Amino acid sequence: MMRRRTTLLTGCTALVLALGATACGGDTSTSGGDDKALSGQTVSVAGVWSGSEQENFQKVLDAFSEKTGAKTQFVSTGDNVSTFVGSKIEGGNAPDVVMVPQVGVVQQFAEEGWLKPLSTTAQQSVGANYSDAWKTYGSVDGTLYGLYFKAAHKSTVWYSPDALAQAGVEAPATYDEMLQAGRTVSDSGLAGFSVAGQDGWTLTDWFENIYLSQAGPEKYDALAAHELKWTDPTVVEALTTLGELFEDEQLVAGGQKGALNTDFPGSVEKVFGPEPEAGMVYEGDFVAGVAQDQFGKTIGEDANFFPFPAVDGGTAPVVSGGDAAVVLKDGKNADAGMALLEYLATPEAAAVWAGAGGFLSPNKQLDLAAYADDVTRATAESLVGAGDSVRFDMSDQAPAAFGGTKGAGEWKILQDFLRDPSDPKATAAELEDAAAKAYGN
Amino acid sequence: MTSTLVQEASPPAAAGAGRGRRPRRRGRIVALLFVFPALLLLGALVVYPVLFSVGRSFFDASGTQFVGGDNYTEMFRDPATLKAVRNTAIWVVVAPALLTGLGLILAVLVEKVRWATAFKLLLFMPMAVSFLAAGIIFRLAYDEDPDKGVLNAAVVGVHDAFQGTSSYPTARARDGQGMTKEADGAYRTTADVSPGDTVALGLVGVLPGDVPGGAEPAYAAAGRQAAPGELNGVVYLDFTPGGGGEQGRVDRRESGLPEMAVEAVRDGKTVGSTTTASDGSFRFEGLREGSYTVKLPASNFAPPYDGVSWLGPALVTPAIIGAYLWIWTGFAMVLIGAGLSTLPRDALEAARMDGANEWQIFRKITVPLLAPVLTVVFVTLVINVMKVFDLVYIIAPGPVQEDATVLATQMWLVSFGGGNDQGLGSALGVLLLLLVIPAMVFNVRRFRGSQR
Repeated sequence: MMRRRTTLLTGCTALVLALGATACGGDTSTSGGDDKALSGQTVSVAGVWSGSEQENFQKVLDAFSEKTGAKTQFVSTGDNVSTFVGSKIEGGNAPDVVMVPQVGVVQQFAEEGWLKPLSTTAQQSVGANYSDAWKTYGSVDGTLYGLYFKAAHKSTVWYSPDALAQAGVEAPATYDEMLQAGRTVSDSGLAGFSVAGQDGWTLTDWFENIYLSQAGPEKYDALAAHELKWTDPTVVEALTTLGELFEDEQLVAGGQKGALNTDFPGSVEKVFGPEPEAGMVYEGDFVAGVAQDQFGKTIGEDANFFPFPAVDGGTAPVVSGGDAAVVLKDGKNADAGMALLEYLATPEAAAVWAGAGGFLSPNKQLDLAAYADDVTRATAESLVGAGDSVRFDMSDQAPAAFGGTKGAGEWKILQDFLRDPSDPKATAAELEDAAAKAYGN
Repeated sequence: MTSTLVQEASPPAAAGAGRGRRPRRRGRIVALLFVFPALLLLGALVVYPVLFSVGRSFFDASGTQFVGGDNYTEMFRDPATLKAVRNTAIWVVVAPALLTGLGLILAVLVEKVRWATAFKLLLFMPMAVSFLAAGIIFRLAYDEDPDKGVLNAAVVGVHDAFQGTSSYPTARARDGQGMTKEADGAYRTTADVSPGDTVALGLVGVLPGDVPGGAEPAYAAAGRQAAPGELNGVVYLDFTPGGGGEQGRVDRRESGLPEMAVEAVRDGKTVGSTTTASDGSFRFEGLREGSYTVKLPASNFAPPYDGVSWLGPALVTPAIIGAYLWIWTGFAMVLIGAGLSTLPRDALEAARMDGANEWQIFRKITVPLLAPVLTVVFVTLVINVMKVFDLVYIIAPGPVQEDATVLATQMWLVSFGGGNDQGLGSALGVLLLLLVIPAMVFNVRRFRGSQR
């Protein structure tokens, strides 16, 4: 109900924005206009974005309109892209382009036969501009369907420089050092970390970083595809490592109970809000956006990050997420949609949003100078620099029933684990049960 | 709705029974003609979807594979569904009964006050608030953080008024630095001390801003020698801002902790107690020779009372039922109030004349006479409660969603909210339908009975 209403609201806003944008676009097309091959066509784009993300994406769409003369219309899908797109296709009103935030959903769409493979031009751009990891995550059975336009860096630990200076600790290089730093911070009176246990996805991200570093990328891929069972000893080991953090009252602000009561914005508030309770918060690069917009922090001065450190002698993990643009076969202007994808694959398109902030591009060709601030530049550098060792968020690769549903599957089981981390083996067994059911194998 | 249709349709047919055959048939045709649009709508909007759902429930998630009764067996194997069945049962047992009872009491009481209409209006008002808005309001009201949730703010306020708060809820001693934590949260020196000694008790975990104002460095006090027969010492914050201090030693910049209660204990008995000065120093005089332990009692460290976790796994369903009561009490009260105003006054008067008191009148006359109205209210609420969705979906936070789930939310979650298994979802819908049908039949029967 709530979801439906916000969707409606954002949908209306999107419409208004799109109308406004196209009206402006109309003005410019009369004055310029030699290469407006697509004028008169409207590309409809659906994505989960709302608020400032939607506004900034609109700037990219406007740039596309300027270049090609095509009108664009953005529709916000709400949280559940797959249900939204499914019902639109059934209703004969499919959008041309969908920005899909989960690898699992790209696969699902491809298997349903809804997607158009990328055009040769787009494929060449992806080959030249992207590392192979992104190409793989955009492909299903060897065919490239998805173009990753926006990426998230989910291996960043954000801290308040004041709190760390007060405790006299430096940004740590290993996981053990990080916990030690957390304990020292706790001696100074703040808890080490704030953990957003009320949102299950932050817990899956914690787990994924530890697992990727501790067990290595091969095991990570196998587990993501559910070729490896969750009862594997490596999973139990990662859970044990995570449990040490969870059960330590000094490290987690408010203890386990407090963590379960904290949602993601709340966890950022506990570090960067007016009354800090913790020194560090782990989540992706988007923490900076919240710290800046909601709590007025200057990124780089009042808020900074260090990369998620290596666990047990592994290499430091780079877990990532991203939104892949796909073209639907059933869209009315699928060809114009493909032209939009070709545009999105260029560094030029990425630069538009990079300048506006709150955006990372997996595009190697994008000049790092395009980013608006140093911290974003550093995250982008770390993401692109990781090359092929980037791994996509595991829960986003899983079927939604396992890795993406509030109050069910991995989210729920890890929340239970946060409440009582005493038996990692039993938790691993529960995860395996839920995964087997969701993957159907 | 169906029952009224039948009622409206049958009288003309019955009226035509006395005359010849043709008029009767024509009467029927006319009746059918009138009923047809309604039947069409009902068929398209109710009967077809019901049949479709029943059919869909025999297919798998994709809708292509016939799986027979698998969805139904799966339904009762899934712990989340069982939880939903259990919660729905709690709802059905508790909510309608409470609401009818509350409505009855309020209706009877409101009748006796002067500003009855104003009260009724006030109690009826929540009905005008949408479930969504009410859900958001209650989610906030139930918030566990006393700074956000009004209920916990009240609970904590009342609690703190009686209990008082401690000065150092976050303070703790480092392990292996000469202090031992006791089961109740107090700290005592690990080694015995005797008069003439000076002890330094280092604590950590206190933010510089949380140290009471006027605190002074403890360095000087820690160096002071104890006079004979005197046990003195200092309680200090064993943490140098910015790092660099040595653990377990009073460094120059480290602050004393004032207003800390300290006790001298001998053979398990407290023989002296004092509080620390602004530099954290304390002193026990006139102690006899022997070995003592110095104890910082638990009252210093009592964690702040953080109220009731309304939205924890145990209380979430009662909490949501509470929100539901807030919305529906007015409805029950107004309906019962209407029934109350049609009660024959003479019966009440007669009872009063015979010397019955108000309670007896209520028990023996009002309630029995109101029984038909009470039943209608009760059964309507049972049907309403079975399909409750919005409140549960909005109020329950993620970690306890499964603990709060009812059949309607489970049906939605399984079919659209990530599960994407509309086969299983349809099976849940059918189960819900089967549970609602008895209540519907009962209500329809009652309508018929009351119209005859």
